[in-house]
Amino acid sequence: MPAHDVLIIGAGLAGQRAALAAAEKGASVAIMSKVHPVRSHSVAAAGGINAAISVDDDWHSHAYDTVKGSDFLGDQDAIEVMCSEAPAEVMDLEHMGVTFHRNDKGEMDLRAFGGASMKRTAYVADITGQALLHVLYEQLLKHHETVARYEEWFTTSLLRDDAGNCCGAIARDVRSGQMEAFTAKNVILACGGAGQAYKPTTNGLIVTGDGIAMAYRAGAPLMDMEMVQYHPTCLVETGILITEGARGEGAHLLNANGERFMEKSAPNKMELASRDVVSRAEQIEINEGRGVGPNGAGIYLDITVVPRKRTLEALREIVNLGKDFAGVDITREPITIRPGQHYIMGGVKTDVDGRTPIDGLYAAGEVACVSVHGGNRLGANSLLDTLIFGRRSGEHAAARAASMGMPSVDANAQLLEDAARIDSIIARPREGRRVSEIKNELGETMNRSAAVFRDEAGLQAALETIARLREEADNAWIDDRGTVFNQDVLGAIELGYMVDCAETTVVAALERKESRGAQFRTDFPERNDGEWLKHIDITLGGDGAAGGPQVSYSPVTITQWEPEERKY
Amino acid sequence: MAEVHDRPPEQFTLKLRRYDPESGGAPYWDEHTIELEPHRSVLEAILQARDRFDGSIGIRCSCRQAICGSCGIRVNGEPALACHTHLDAAKLSAENGVIEIEPMGNMPVIKDLIVDMDAVHWKKIQRVTPWLLAKQPVPEREYLVSKEAMVDVTQTMACIQCGACVSDCLAMEVDPGFIGPAALAKAYRFVGDPRDDEQFERLNDLAQDPQGIFDCTHCFKCVQACPKDVNPMGQIMRLRRIAIGDHHIVDQNNGERHEAAVTGLIRNYGLLHEAEMIPRSYGGNSWFAKFTPAAGKELLSSLPVIIKGVLRGKMNPKIAIFGHKIPSADLKAVQAIYDKIESRPERYELNLYIAGEDEETAPVAAAVAAGTSADGGETPDAGETPNAPTSPEGSANQ
Repeated sequence: MPAHDVLIIGAGLAGQRAALAAAEKGASVAIMSKVHPVRSHSVAAAGGINAAISVDDDWHSHAYDTVKGSDFLGDQDAIEVMCSEAPAEVMDLEHMGVTFHRNDKGEMDLRAFGGASMKRTAYVADITGQALLHVLYEQLLKHHETVARYEEWFTTSLLRDDAGNCCGAIARDVRSGQMEAFTAKNVILACGGAGQAYKPTTNGLIVTGDGIAMAYRAGAPLMDMEMVQYHPTCLVETGILITEGARGEGAHLLNANGERFMEKSAPNKMELASRDVVSRAEQIEINEGRGVGPNGAGIYLDITVVPRKRTLEALREIVNLGKDFAGVDITREPITIRPGQHYIMGGVKTDVDGRTPIDGLYAAGEVACVSVHGGNRLGANSLLDTLIFGRRSGEHAAARAASMGMPSVDANAQLLEDAARIDSIIARPREGRRVSEIKNELGETMNRSAAVFRDEAGLQAALETIARLREEADNAWIDDRGTVFNQDVLGAIELGYMVDCAETTVVAALERKESRGAQFRTDFPERNDGEWLKHIDITLGGDGAAGGPQVSYSPVTITQWEPEERKY
Repeated sequence: MAEVHDRPPEQFTLKLRRYDPESGGAPYWDEHTIELEPHRSVLEAILQARDRFDGSIGIRCSCRQAICGSCGIRVNGEPALACHTHLDAAKLSAENGVIEIEPMGNMPVIKDLIVDMDAVHWKKIQRVTPWLLAKQPVPEREYLVSKEAMVDVTQTMACIQCGACVSDCLAMEVDPGFIGPAALAKAYRFVGDPRDDEQFERLNDLAQDPQGIFDCTHCFKCVQACPKDVNPMGQIMRLRRIAIGDHHIVDQNNGERHEAAVTGLIRNYGLLHEAEMIPRSYGGNSWFAKFTPAAGKELLSSLPVIIKGVLRGKMNPKIAIFGHKIPSADLKAVQAIYDKIESRPERYELNLYIAGEDEETAPVAAAVAAGTSADGGETPDAGETPNAPTSPEGSANQ
């Protein structure tokens, strides 16, 4: 049975950063991912990473923008940590080899981004996430002697000892089908969000809420699950993302009358208001009949106002996306977009060192909720979140590991249980529904009822649908009977993870009877600080799935910035 | 929210090459007909077949937007990303309108469309010391480097490690040990990075390795295969130019001598002088090269090929031995090109990745074009018209 000081599940930016940090502190580290690390969805982050590195900037300004962006639901102590450590982190990455775009003086160039009071987004063309991810992977290859890599291993459950501490995980080698128990003094979840619970979504097919669901099932509380970000600029048909960098470079949003409608809701920041504000404004235009394109379901993003040379150099990826996925030359004509599910602010509740309330279990990145994003994440803060809290989790877990012995745990029963669960899925008779049908209905339900605008009736209906889909998912059948690369059976397990994420999202959205950040309740259209300036925590009831989600609250930490009206 | 369609859905038939390693059977073909709008991707078609008809179809995929690099396959025999290939285009290039889908080449197949990239691609990546060997001391803030240099290495940074270039590398087919296009492009990412401290060591290593930069045969397959315009072959050529031009590395593979032989012969004769090429490539760039043992040995071992070439009429013995004659005005024109290029203070590189120059306002592109057309010569091939050569690359090599 492999045993490590720190076992990291997920090998995107948070996971790889955690691995490097833990290894640097002398821990024995394993990093495990269901896909090859460079396929992780961090790769798709385009626009950049925020840090107050300009001599004219101050991390307090970055922190305030983040607090305001969060609609005052973000925990200010955590935001202070993230923003104050950002400049050093970005410099570290530059030293590792990230090819950040330069200005004429040879310093890192910075671009404007939504919700930010000045230019503070460092970038590599519009492949920032890819550049960061690939450079971190270069470092993993460099440190191959201290970081064991389990690439294409799928985690099926977390291990806990009798005292309730997390002490490892059960996983399946996707390639061979072999099941294995991994002992670890600490486990860091770094396996991303749950975007595939929505359809359409900007997220990759692998983003299925695995870590959130596994932690929830192990008893960890989830926080801010109602806060789901709709990105303002996604291709209408496929949901593919057009980076906020486009608006950062000056692109306009236009309705069917050719008006820059952002004047109405954000007269100062216009297109660069925070994402929840822009997505809502767009949805209002569409709902009120001023949309463009077939069925009036879209909005024009006009990038032609950006100098063509600049677009080709700094927004190259979306030039290609426009051409390849929408047949539009964005340097010559506007492209039709709409809001689309992009990110979940919520996740496994952690402190600023990534610790969950379960000893030995950490979480970092989109899987976690520190909470630095609160009700709405600012663009280019997600890469920062993954790196800062990935690193801090790795460091803290390594320190904890140094002070304890390897847990002795008999994982055999759980290993057999997980293996039996997989066998039983494979053996299911072809009755009921296919996994893909259920997944589609789940995604469409969430996109209808837990989207930009929500209300009690829609959410209640969604909750009932989800309950039915959960039953159907428990009996869904698959085709693949093999063991080698049986992606079919893994899809069935992922469906279960997504159902958990969807359910907790809807429960939390029903609970929060106000409008804040990404949560806009048409039946409670105002923000209500008196009653709802608090986090909603969701824990799985004592009886497991039968016990269902239990709601509790935790306070929002306010250090310097008292809630005020949010205007852009 | 209603889906928006530009064109109505059509039927497409996919012919998938399947392989089940557990069955003990050989690979087989499997056909499915799906319905999608013609501008949707081959990946979406495969996923529809998987969702509706057969969940056991194996393919790696995630982002659906050509950035994660998972879904490298062959479509109608050509390497591609499934998500980056439109159905209508795939149907157009298909025989009988049936889109043929296979796993990538040069790598062992694990199951269906899933190949073992660790065994080939990632092993080769590890061969090139794929991490920055940073110049010391590390500055407190960022390294100060030119904008052009960072934009330049971003072209190779843009590689998504999909393996499409590895799949159809002809040199690798003949010599599986060839480091190959993806890994050598990765090598350029460090060689071109002014923050890296070991440019010479990296280049010397890759030049001396018999399976290194001089193992590439310029077939352009990787350039065509790359979905991200990384231009792997172009990067290999740049590695050679920097190795030879800046570091004067003379390699044991005769790569440097061969290049000198070819360019020298063309300067002198206007066309290649076949009989001189082998001796000079092996014995050094002079008429006396043919009397060196290395050249003699190579000439002898090449005899069967030479004889076959003559017998099949591919070579005229007289011309091969005495060389081509071209009119002296033409020869002068050829030599003028040499003079022009060699007298430049900096080497121009054709970086087609950053097509960042507008036709109207293209100072660098204009300079390049003006420089070469002054002699009445052609503008260097700049690919499709909007792509202009840019980025004088000297700064990347300082």
